Amino acid sequence: MPKRARVPMREQDPEERIKNFDEVALGYSEEEALLEADRCLQCPKPKCVEGCPVEIDIPAFISLIKERKYKEAYRKIKEKDSLPAITGRVCPQENQCEKTCVLARVGEPIAIGRLERFVADYCKENAQEVKKEPFNGKRVAVVGSGPAGLTVSADLAKLGYSVTLFEALHLPGGVLTYGIPDFRLPKDIIKREIEYVKALGVEFVPNVVVGKTILLDELLKDYKAVFIGSGAGAPVFLNVPGENLLGIYSANEFLSRINLMRAHLFPEYDTPLKVGKKVLVVGGGNVAMDSARVSRRLGAEVTILYRRSREELPARLEEIKRAEEEGVNFIFLATPLAFSGSNGWVDAVECQEMELGEPDESGRRAPIPKKGATFTLKVDTVIIAIGNRPNPIISKTTQGLEVGRYGEILVDPATGKTSKVGVFAGGDIVSGSATVIEAMGAGRRSAIAIHRYLTTGVW
Amino acid sequence: MYKIVDKKRLSNNVVQMTIEVPLIAKAIKPGQFIIIMVYEKGERIPLTVVTSDKERGLITIVFQEVGKTTKLLGKKEIGEELFAVMGPNGNPFPVRYYGNVVLVAGGVGVAEVVPIAKALKEAGNHITTIIGARTKELLFFTDVLGSISDKLYVTTDDGSYGIKGLVTLPLKELLDTSRIDMVLAVGPTIMMKAVSDLTRGYKVKTYVSLNPIMIDGTGMCGGCRVTVDGKTRFVCVDGPEFDGHLVDFDELMMRQRTYIEQERLALKLLEEKDA
Repeated sequence: MPKRARVPMREQDPEERIKNFDEVALGYSEEEALLEADRCLQCPKPKCVEGCPVEIDIPAFISLIKERKYKEAYRKIKEKDSLPAITGRVCPQENQCEKTCVLARVGEPIAIGRLERFVADYCKENAQEVKKEPFNGKRVAVVGSGPAGLTVSADLAKLGYSVTLFEALHLPGGVLTYGIPDFRLPKDIIKREIEYVKALGVEFVPNVVVGKTILLDELLKDYKAVFIGSGAGAPVFLNVPGENLLGIYSANEFLSRINLMRAHLFPEYDTPLKVGKKVLVVGGGNVAMDSARVSRRLGAEVTILYRRSREELPARLEEIKRAEEEGVNFIFLATPLAFSGSNGWVDAVECQEMELGEPDESGRRAPIPKKGATFTLKVDTVIIAIGNRPNPIISKTTQGLEVGRYGEILVDPATGKTSKVGVFAGGDIVSGSATVIEAMGAGRRSAIAIHRYLTTGVW
Repeated sequence: MYKIVDKKRLSNNVVQMTIEVPLIAKAIKPGQFIIIMVYEKGERIPLTVVTSDKERGLITIVFQEVGKTTKLLGKKEIGEELFAVMGPNGNPFPVRYYGNVVLVAGGVGVAEVVPIAKALKEAGNHITTIIGARTKELLFFTDVLGSISDKLYVTTDDGSYGIKGLVTLPLKELLDTSRIDMVLAVGPTIMMKAVSDLTRGYKVKTYVSLNPIMIDGTGMCGGCRVTVDGKTRFVCVDGPEFDGHLVDFDELMMRQRTYIEQERLALKLLEEKDA
């Protein structure tokens, strides 16, 4: 059997792309997609589907591509995934469907994400067919319009529910909108997917903070069930001296100013952002890579500081590679001890060298400070990208909603049922910071469970 | 959505505006704030609600035209709509019976203190209010606060109205001559700092209402962080009121000036466009 390598995807040249916020990955052409689809073995017991959190029938949609039935392929994906243009771009396929692909054992796995993206982009104009059951007389409220909330809303709307989707910010999309930069996920892609959800009849209500504007218990009077998908919106800081100096941002603030408020377009947009010449990003996940790559595009020299080694970087390989191509520097095995500044602005960071010890509760080797080994870096901007905790607003203002040690809402993982009757939850508010597709998977499971609950009346 | 139903000028750069936002009108409590966006490309800025009318679904805000966003807001007329109004955010003020309460207000803090003043009065407190302004023309709401308060002092820096001097002048006299159980200062950060520095020596519980730069207002960005008692707190979800004796005001004032250059540029471009 010939082991042809996967078809590469064209990208903007690194030299060029650091001057713009346009999408880096350019997608497959029809010819490229056909060539790649042809590599699929069409396994009778497909392993790829097992690796997909929403269980897309991957061999079926790839087979439809082979037959050039792109619309049908799109519908096949849509049976399980409401947001294919988004997941085709931001899913960590290498840890999911592509990891379990049988081709991966002998060579490169089939490029499932790229094919998904091809189909979604190919069909962007004409395949958004809106099929739904007639109104069943039942109303459901969804809190948070990120990936989990959008999935629950779309799934329930298709089943005939009247869905009201509440969002705290002025734009829908949650982390897709405020967190992921345009060069990874263009805003018009998000807009298109949200238009589809709206076309299903979902009523989108912006600027409402459930827990503040309306209490969850008030929603339960008007709606038969409520789904909470309010995300992991509370940034973690280092808690070291000098962290409140000017020029030090949480990644949430930094990325929100750019992605949500368009600060890179100041003064056309009114929200400002001040980024210096030497940016230090603390952390090693996708959010750290995003922050570093945004900073490069704003003209800064950028260094990522990560407390473990390269092997433990939690970011997607593709994102690490792209960050490197774009000239981002990495310092491994070090963490900030203190920030110092002049005139209120940060100008240096003292760092502690680390070494790796025994594996910790995350399964990765724990970083341990190396005695006496410190060094100082000159910086003028720092972005702290070391994670987020679940947003506490709803749990603090709702009676009888059980939460865990970090404020995460406790649920039955199979259904998303919380400790409160009629209330479901999923996505980062339950899991802490995770992936878009995992949130969508949780949304899907909750939609099924909500439908069952409202059909049988049994909690 | 967010329709402006009333507007009036309280001084040459202070505007009062009433907006239709039924959910906020119903939910808001004294001490909480809202976030507004004037238009799609605008900033999100925090503002305090002065009064709310649950039945008619209206909230009334008072703001000073100082930067581009507040100037654009000031240009909005009755019948027009705002792009976004979100809230209420933050925690309600701990309204209860304290006894003898002194409210110190300056700038738009004069408007911000009104709902808390009313609630404290209803809770049976004896209210003394001190309003400060640079000069007579900048004064407003002396009547509103006068009618809520048992005693009202007005100070102007230039002596054009009331007592000549800063708000701390009558405050010190009150602290020296009577028993004060609680002080609340709302206004420019430098004023809240001066009030807190003064009351510290008298060990009188002092609340301040902080006004840092914010984006989301839900605890998501951390831009509004402030050091209170050596710990980092977020004003949007942990405040906006804090114990004035524990707040690092110098850090707050520094952080408020983060974007001073960009703010000046935005204002200059707006003025050029208008001219």
